[in-house]
Parts: sequence; C-alpha cells; structure tokens
Amino acid sequence: MSQFEVLKSDVMQKFGDERFRFWQAHRNDVLEVPKDKIVEVLQFLKDSGKFDVLMDLCGVDYLGRDPRFEVVYHLFNSKNFQRLRIRAPLKEGEPIDSATSVWRSANWFEREAYDMFGIVFKGHPALRKILTHHHFEGHPLRKDYDANHQQSCKDVNPVEFEDGSRFQEDPDRDLLPINIGPSHPATHGTLRVMAALEGEKVIKAGVELGFLHRCFEKMAETHPYNQVIPYTDRLNYCSAPMNNVGYCKTVESLLGVEIPPKAKAMRIILCEFSRIIDHIVCIGANAVDLGALTGFFYLFELRERVYSLFEKLCGARLTVALTRVGGMSHDAPSGWFEDCLETAKYIRKGVSEIEGLLNENKIWMQRTQNIGSISAEDALAWGYTGPCLRAAGVGLDLRKTEPYYGYETLDFDVPVGTTGDVYDRYLVRIEEMKQSLKIIEQVCKNVPSGDYTIRDKSIVLPEKKDVYGNIEGLMNHFMLVMKGIKPPKGEIYEATEAANGELGFYLISDGEQKPYRLRVRPPCFAIYQSFPEQVTGGLIADVISILGSMNLIAGELDR
Amino acid sequence: MSEANKKYAVEDVQEADVQQLLQTNAMTTRLEDWAAWGQKNSLWPLPYGTACCGIELMSVMGPKYDLARFGAEVVRFSPRQADMLIVAGTITEKMAPVLIHIYEQMLEPKYVLSMGACASSGGFYRAYHVLQGIDKVIPVDVFVPGCPPTPEAVLDGVMLLQKMIESKQPRPWKDNWKGPNS
Repeated sequence: MSQFEVLKSDVMQKFGDERFRFWQAHRNDVLEVPKDKIVEVLQFLKDSGKFDVLMDLCGVDYLGRDPRFEVVYHLFNSKNFQRLRIRAPLKEGEPIDSATSVWRSANWFEREAYDMFGIVFKGHPALRKILTHHHFEGHPLRKDYDANHQQSCKDVNPVEFEDGSRFQEDPDRDLLPINIGPSHPATHGTLRVMAALEGEKVIKAGVELGFLHRCFEKMAETHPYNQVIPYTDRLNYCSAPMNNVGYCKTVESLLGVEIPPKAKAMRIILCEFSRIIDHIVCIGANAVDLGALTGFFYLFELRERVYSLFEKLCGARLTVALTRVGGMSHDAPSGWFEDCLETAKYIRKGVSEIEGLLNENKIWMQRTQNIGSISAEDALAWGYTGPCLRAAGVGLDLRKTEPYYGYETLDFDVPVGTTGDVYDRYLVRIEEMKQSLKIIEQVCKNVPSGDYTIRDKSIVLPEKKDVYGNIEGLMNHFMLVMKGIKPPKGEIYEATEAANGELGFYLISDGEQKPYRLRVRPPCFAIYQSFPEQVTGGLIADVISILGSMNLIAGELDR
Repeated sequence: MSEANKKYAVEDVQEADVQQLLQTNAMTTRLEDWAAWGQKNSLWPLPYGTACCGIELMSVMGPKYDLARFGAEVVRFSPRQADMLIVAGTITEKMAPVLIHIYEQMLEPKYVLSMGACASSGGFYRAYHVLQGIDKVIPVDVFVPGCPPTPEAVLDGVMLLQKMIESKQPRPWKDNWKGPNS
C-alpha cells in the first residue's frame, strides 16, 4: 500500500466523514476537508507523526464559485519526505479556525491570507495586516481588486511588537523603545525591527514587513506565463536564476514536459553559482554589520567574477531571466563551460581566503558563537529550511531528498551544524559554497550535447532566424505571442532548494494564458517569523548578528 | 601711523569705493566655482537601497567599479551627513513616507539620484502597492535607467550630476518643490 493509501485509511478511520475527499494531482496528494474540521485534522496529522512541518499556508479566491475562498495548507514530513496538500473551502465572510494552536509557524501565513483575501482566522493571537500599509483598504489578491489601484500612505506605523501591542512605559523598569529601519545600514534592505530595551537587554521585540511588497502574486496573475519569469528574478535578487528555475520547473511539471539534458546541466550550473553568490552576500553583509569591512571587498570581487559569467551568457548581470518554459532562452557561447571551470577555481581560492579571515577570528567568534542558537525541533516547528535548518543539525536538502535535474548522480555532501547559532550558519554556508563548486566542476567537465530547449511549437518560441526567415516560423511566433502557453487546468506545488531553503511555487491554472493563482512559498518568511522570539532576552548588539545570519532578502520576504 | 597707511584705513573707505571694488573684482564668482569644484568631487552618498538595485549599488561601491574614484566613497547612512541621496530600488507606498522623511532631513545643498526603472517610474510594477516613481514625492536630479542599471550607468549618472554642480545648472524641479503633495 502506498503512503497515500495508508494516510487515506488512517484519516477515514479516525474521522469517517463523508465530506472528506482524497485525490492525487500531478504527483501531489490532496485532501479536501470541511472547514469546521480543519484544526482537528491538522492536530491528528501532527500528533500521529505523519507530518511535522507546515510548509505553507495560503488563500485562494475562486470568484464566482460557491464557496468562494479556499485556505490551502502544505504539509511536509521531515523523516520520509511525504507531502500533503489540504484544501478547506470557505464561503465569503465565514471565519475559519486558526492553525496557530497546532503550528506556531501558521501565524504570519494566516496574517498574510487575512491581508490578501480578508479571510478571518478565529483564535489567531494577533490577526492584523502584514504586507500592505495600514491605510490600505480592501484585499488586493481578491479577483475583484484592480491590480493598478494604488492607495497612498502618509505616515509610518508607531512602534509595535509581535503580539500586536504598542510600547508602554513600565513604572518599575526603565524601558526604552528603539526602532531600527526600514532605512538602516544593518537591515540591508527594507526590514524594520522594533524593540523595548532595558539597558542593553531586549525585553520585547517586533518586526514590520511589507516595505518591499511589490505585488508579485498579483503581477503573476496579470501576465502570460513566460512574462512572469522576469518577476521571479526579483524575488530573491541575490540569486535570481534559482527563482527562474523554480518557477519554470513548476510550469513544466504542470505541462508534463521534460527538458533536455543540456538545459538541465545549464540550470544546475546557474543554480550552484547563484547559491555561491547568495552566500557571498549573506556572509559579506553579516561581517560588515559586525565591523569586518575587509571581508566585503574580498567577497564582492568573487561575486563580480560570477556576474561576468552571467553577462557572457545573456548580457545581464543581476536579473538574468535566463530560463524559459521548456529549457533555456539560448545556448551557452563557445568556451563558456571552460570559463565556468576557471571561475570555480578562482572562487575556491577566494573562499579559503575568507576562511582565513574569519574562521578563527576572535572578534567574529565572540560575536557569533552561541548567538541565535536554535534546536532542531524548534527550527522545524518554525518551518525553517535551507542553511539555517541545516546549521541546527537537520540534514534536509531537496537536492538529496527529492532530487531533480540529475542531482542524484552528482557527488556532493550536505553540511550540517550542531547548535544552529550564527557561527554554525556561517560554517554551513562556507561548506555549501565548496560543495557547489564541486558540483559545478562535475557538470562542466561532462556537459551533455544536444539542444538547450524542447521544440514544442505550442510552448517554445521559434529561433529568430526562423521568425525572420520563413513563414512557418513567423506564424508560430505570432500565434504563441498572441495566445501564449496554455497549461491544462489543474494545480501543482513544486519546490526547489534555493539558497535560503525551500522555494515552493503553488500554481493554479484555469487553462488560460495567465496563471490563475501563483503562490510563492518564500523560505526566509518562515525563518524571519522566529526572529522576535530569538532576540528577546538577548543583547541589542546580537540582534544585528542574528538578523544578518538569517539572510533576509526583502524581495522574497515581502514579494 | 604713517601717511600711506592712513589712506587705507577702514573708516575712510567710501561706499562708492566698495561698489567699484566689487565691479572690477571677480572674487565672488571664483569662490562659487571653487566651492562647486569641491562639492562635486566630494559628494557624500546616502545609499537608500531597497531592492535589487541596492545589490548592484554594492557593486558600484565594490572593488571593481569603485565609486571612490569619483570622490564619492564616504557612504553615510545618516541623512544629516549626506548630500547625495541614491534611491536604489522599488519604493512602495508603505515606504514613501520614510523616503520623504529622510529627504527632508538632509541639509542643503542636496541632490537626488534615482537609480533604476522602479525608483524612476515604478518600472514593470504597475501594481497596487508600488509608488509610480519617486518624483511624485521628492525632486529628482538624475534618473538612471535600467533594471537594474549597470554600474557603469550609475557612474555615468554620478558624473552627470557632477557636471550639473560644476556648471551650476538651474534646478527648477528642486526650487519649486514645496512638499510631497505639491
């Protein structure tokens, strides 16, 4: 009996409800649950050890359908890597019970669903807006909200803590409210951190996000499939190609197409270089915040090398938009793979230089060791993925657990830490860079021949020489641009191992040329959620150290 | 006191003499030029990096492109100490009041460089939460196109600003600016 069959019989035995529906769609297991049973079901699935991580929670608006809304939960088992999607339909104006009593990581996700769709979660500790500004009226991801309807904001929210409370004087203690950001050198980006201090100790903390909420999900709903690719670039802009790959892989899976080996190889190389440059920004910025400016100059030189490689491949440096649904946008120029090997060699040397600068640096060690420690259980409960989870001792890596593009044939290790503190995160990132170099070297020495894209006329645009050279090419180009790619009706959740952790795309297609709904599961959103708890009780100086080690990329956090 | 020295004593200088002195002497304009030369070569940037452009701005500051060559390496995160605001990245509606606040805190003379498509016009985010160009709320001196612009383009923008300072180009957009709602 398959895992899914076992799950099905266990759930039916426990609940025996006629209204439960099970099915499988595009290799995803789906369970539909009536909304009044949702918390019971989630609690059962957690307690019986079937699923221990709430990967994602989001809302969907099916305008014109009754019930109109749906709350979708994506569960994950960190032991046997099983996944389950739970859908709970919901009428307009009806509340649903909050999942925060089962998984604390549901907190921000529910706030987001409330902000975007107006879905009310009963029993949520502090249900309020999270991404849009406080004067914003309406719920923008509802289908009847116009994507181009801006609402201006005149002032800034006062200091507010994670539990939704405002700062208050304490007659017994000398408390000081402090606000860091959203424009502050240590928040590199647009984060806003607020705290109540007693001396140098953080008594209470809170964060505000949404300062870079660029409406990615709404933009995806208003653009054809291929035009969404540049928007994905700007999610985690420190490692743009990884987002391209994650998105295209999702659409390809929905279409049911397999990309050629050469495209896979190119995608692996791009992803691993991106992982390296992402870790470079993270380590470099973290070190700058703690006063080590030298590391930044060393590391950015390496980053420039990788930029040159990207530039050679496509002309762009940062936001490359290199992939297309069905493969790559174009082939690598001659000698590019040799250049990759050269660059990898250079970076290997550079990484060891950084290790020399930081690994046993007294100040660096004192500022990072035993700072921001987190246990493996806590990390999983918060929905940690990626280097931060591995630093806490859980060796989860999608490239190993659910391999794609032939990662299973490559020789590389997954580094893990022990305490999950800032120093461990640093060490894990350094080791991952070395492992990525190993992968790049293996792939570059053995590049498969053949085409860089599939040649399905209903998916991939013809070559320019055909567009300008013959009538079939011209017509094919015209039809595809006008009508676009039309994946079949259905929905799919696909995840790839991005630099920050699991980057998931939940795509719903209604058979038209634009996605009906494209939900991004951003890795650092879940990680950042634990931040107020992590810094409370510590020193204000450690706030900066922990913030840097989480590698929060505002584009991905706020979308 | 000798006869010769007495001739130039302050109390003896007539108003007419002063007028004549000012007309025949180019000292005032030269001092302005001199100040402009100093100003253009020692711009202190405030890097207001919010998104992708912020990462590219790091490259501008980094070892390869090195903005220091143009005298603008003293990066200040305090608006009180900076005279060139580089807005690098998307400004959302939520961020706009913060940007205005920071601009208003900067001391004169101050310049604004809008880096990239998002800051200049909202870029391809024609979206409900994105400000459609920072010139809606603050006066902008130089727009640098690109998504993100290459570091060379940013350097070009800085050089353009330097030329504007050197030639003392009039800036009506700045002079007529009353506030974010004007």
